[in-house]
Amino acid sequence: MSDQAITPTFVLEEPGEQNTRRAFLVAAGAAGLLYTAALGYPIYRYLASPSEMALSATAVTEVTLKDAHKLPLGSVLMFKFGTAPAMLIHHADGRWVGLSAVCTHLGCTVQYESQADRIHCACHGGVYNAYTGANVSGPPPKPLKLFKVAVNETGVEVSRT
Amino acid sequence: MTEKTAYNWIDERLGLSELAAFARHKTVPVHAQSFWYYWGGISLFLFLVQCFTGVLLLVYYRPGAEAYESVRQITFVMHFGWLIRSAHAWAANLFIFAILVHMFSVFFMKAYRKPREFGWLSGMVLLGIASIFGFSGYLLPMDELSYFATKVGLQIPMAIPYVGEAIANMLRGGPEVSEFTVQRFFALHVVVLPAIFLPLLGFHLWLVQRHGNASPPSEDAKPAVERKSIPFMPNFIRKDLAMWLISLNILALLASVFPWALGRQADAIVPAPAGIHPEWYFMSPFEMLKLLGSVFPGEFGEIAGLLLFTVGIGLWVLIPFYDIGQTSGQRARAAHYFGLLAVFALLATTVIGYWTIR
Repeated sequence: MSDQAITPTFVLEEPGEQNTRRAFLVAAGAAGLLYTAALGYPIYRYLASPSEMALSATAVTEVTLKDAHKLPLGSVLMFKFGTAPAMLIHHADGRWVGLSAVCTHLGCTVQYESQADRIHCACHGGVYNAYTGANVSGPPPKPLKLFKVAVNETGVEVSRT
Repeated sequence: MTEKTAYNWIDERLGLSELAAFARHKTVPVHAQSFWYYWGGISLFLFLVQCFTGVLLLVYYRPGAEAYESVRQITFVMHFGWLIRSAHAWAANLFIFAILVHMFSVFFMKAYRKPREFGWLSGMVLLGIASIFGFSGYLLPMDELSYFATKVGLQIPMAIPYVGEAIANMLRGGPEVSEFTVQRFFALHVVVLPAIFLPLLGFHLWLVQRHGNASPPSEDAKPAVERKSIPFMPNFIRKDLAMWLISLNILALLASVFPWALGRQADAIVPAPAGIHPEWYFMSPFEMLKLLGSVFPGEFGEIAGLLLFTVGIGLWVLIPFYDIGQTSGQRARAAHYFGLLAVFALLATTVIGYWTIR
């Protein structure tokens, strides 16, 4: 108010009028935000539905692979642990190893090579140890995640460590 | 200062100030019938809503054999999928309603007269495409209602002598409505029709910019000093946007309070459900064909019906060429009565159609 008293020549509107205009702009802005939120929220939830469903799938802590105990020596079984690819290797020496099959470099699905007894990623040539999942050479920055494996007479149970 | 520089930089390259100058000079007439000017804009808004919700549905919809399952997923599994689908379907219905109001207001204000003939013609083609949009979109969920509606709708081209069956088979992708039909209706609905509709809509809107809003003959008869108008920018556009907001609110209310239903999955060996009837905007032509069929039974009736229809629509489309100008008093009156007859016939047959649902 005191500003206007000092420079009265610049006041074109009554002070009250300026207040109503400000109130109007604030109300219009608030209404606009409210509309944006009311339209944006359902659209966001709609588009995010698959990731929410995947979230509940990644909560999986254990997968039972029926008849997997019959897997021959020196071979691999690819399966999904939740939503992500994983592998069960039955090594030539009889050892069982369960690993995540997602390359830690850029996310390609890796491959078990039985002759070389190693895990190889075709995308950028990453190599992992087929017993521990350790990154041996190439670009991968981290080892593959290792799962706990329990073999019984009906199948194989793979679980998070 | 930087704003000014940035504006100048863009202006030099895109000519914004020419557009601004054009917008400043554009005016909209004000008179007792001004309310009807909003309906073109409302139609445009509802079209945009459908583009937007249509793209959202496209995210999960799968045509072909999985069509029903994917719509079931959208409706019952995806968060707010029911709302998106409901908004799309309601917007489609309100869209058809809005363009019909728009068309009749143009008709009775005689806004199709010189130099606006192309506006009328392009509008009629847009209406035709809109109804094909409606017909093709109706099948996509592949529930009972859409299955039988498409089956019945494709009987109409069957009545065309000699080539009717070939045309119907071409549209259906075989002798029966099947997953092939959904697949090609899908291609039609989301690719072919938009590709034709959008440039034509651009043409239609460009013509509106070029010729401005037509005022009714009663206004044109007044001396220039008595005619009132308001600037398009910002006065009319502000009112136009207010109408868009009102339309949005009505659409949101309808879509959420009356969610669009999904029937049982279409099955050719399950009999048609009781009380099945065409969508309201197809009720009138359907009922007219039925009435003509009872007046002239048999194949003759079918052909006579189609012929009468074609002539009626032809006369309607060509109205700018025989109701030419202010001097054509007799013809202007005849056109007016033709319009009233069309409104009466549409309403009456729609009412009869709903009345006689069994």
